[in-house]
Amino acid sequence: MSDKPKVAFYWCASCGGCEEAIVDLAEQLLDVAAAVEIVFWPVAVDGKRSDIEAMEDGEILATFINGAIRTTEQEEMVHLLRQKSQVLLAFGSCAHLGGIPGLANQFDRETILETVFDSTPSTVNPEKVRPQLEFTENGHSVDLPGFYETVRTLDQVTEVDYIVPGCAPTPNIIGGAVGALLSGDDLPPAGTVLAPDTALCDECGRKETKPEVVAISEWKRPHEVLIDEDLCLLAQGLVCLGPATRAGCGSLCIGANMPCSGCFGPTSRVRDYGGKALGAIASLVDSDDEAEIDKILAGIPDPVGTFYRYSLPASRLRRAPMERPLEVAAPKGE
Amino acid sequence: MSESVDTQVAGNGFEPMIVAFFCNWCTYMAADLAGTSRMKYAPNVRVIRVMCSGRVDPQFVLDAMAQGADGVLLGGCHPGDCHYQEGNYKALRRYRLLKRLLTDLGIDEERIRLEWISAAEADRLRDVVNEMTEQIRSLGPANLQVPQEQFVKPVPISLEVSV
Repeated sequence: MSDKPKVAFYWCASCGGCEEAIVDLAEQLLDVAAAVEIVFWPVAVDGKRSDIEAMEDGEILATFINGAIRTTEQEEMVHLLRQKSQVLLAFGSCAHLGGIPGLANQFDRETILETVFDSTPSTVNPEKVRPQLEFTENGHSVDLPGFYETVRTLDQVTEVDYIVPGCAPTPNIIGGAVGALLSGDDLPPAGTVLAPDTALCDECGRKETKPEVVAISEWKRPHEVLIDEDLCLLAQGLVCLGPATRAGCGSLCIGANMPCSGCFGPTSRVRDYGGKALGAIASLVDSDDEAEIDKILAGIPDPVGTFYRYSLPASRLRRAPMERPLEVAAPKGE
Repeated sequence: MSESVDTQVAGNGFEPMIVAFFCNWCTYMAADLAGTSRMKYAPNVRVIRVMCSGRVDPQFVLDAMAQGADGVLLGGCHPGDCHYQEGNYKALRRYRLLKRLLTDLGIDEERIRLEWISAAEADRLRDVVNEMTEQIRSLGPANLQVPQEQFVKPVPISLEVSV
């Protein structure tokens, strides 16, 4: 056994893009791999849960967890890895804020299972088979994880030391985080997001073209217009969430001529990303008349999906109310 | 929410909790006038004075609801009367979009309300507060608390397979 610091990676409710992001470190990855021993990384390295269970508490220097928490298995693994790790990092938007899987908090469990196992046009399931927690056949039993009603962020489940933001985190942000951990000195206080604490507009290359007063009489969606490659995207009527989003990504999307969708989440002074972003965008509407305001705002067809795209579970409300299912959740009989 | 639940809640003595953000220059003055005029109105409103309705960040509304408010009332100056020229218009724009966001999440749209009430309109303030209190009383509690989930294991299904 080597005496190099031990590092683990784990994924929960996520798409796999965060694992890609680690591979995206390219040659840098070799330096990281030379400096540490990867003890657990289900997507890339052979290793079992029992190997982790056999470890001493705090034996792992750092564990990077990506993905939101939706199932009992994810919750168990997170608690186990927390116990065995000195430092636990939330890696990527899903672990940080709930991410895209967190948008499922608009619905309850039954609606989701009903959609997936019964009602989509491509589903053939006449016996209404649903996943069971336990299944016994010939005296052998297998089990499946339980599926919670609500998607949670990592820090709603266990104590998180640092957060690496982004969907997925960019190589410069990952490199910075790993470097800070390995050097071990001047670590920021626990709970810190390892990215600059300023808004994206601050580092945006189009900052100079942002007018003094942005006034929008029509919101446009990226597929509806030819986007100017130099002008401020907000000034062009695109919903760019740069004003409400943390900097540090190197404005990659804006570089590719797409508006910011907010994956780095809020700066430290904001408690509810969606509320803040909504406030920033709505104020720009160029009208004082209620009917006209509504008409202009109709250009934003899905406020929840726009402003809470990555952060519904981390929002103040965290989810849609349980007692009153959405219209799509209404039982078929009605 | 069904009728029976509403009556049940009313029977259980449900008192709506409404958080109100009132502009310092008009609606808060109206509340002051209502007080000095000894007007009586529903005691369900908890008033927070802000310098302008434009100061009301959508986060305040979401935070109030997350902390248990059944409704949120915003009060500002009539259009054209804003002490800061256009703060109330900004409030209106944010309110229209926030209302859609809340409705999309499945929250009754009556739970958030924006009213223009001038410093002289104490009677209007009384009527708005009474009306909103009754509306929310009939809607019942907002129930926005996220349930603490204990995973309940259903009875395992065993399948008899004949070999």
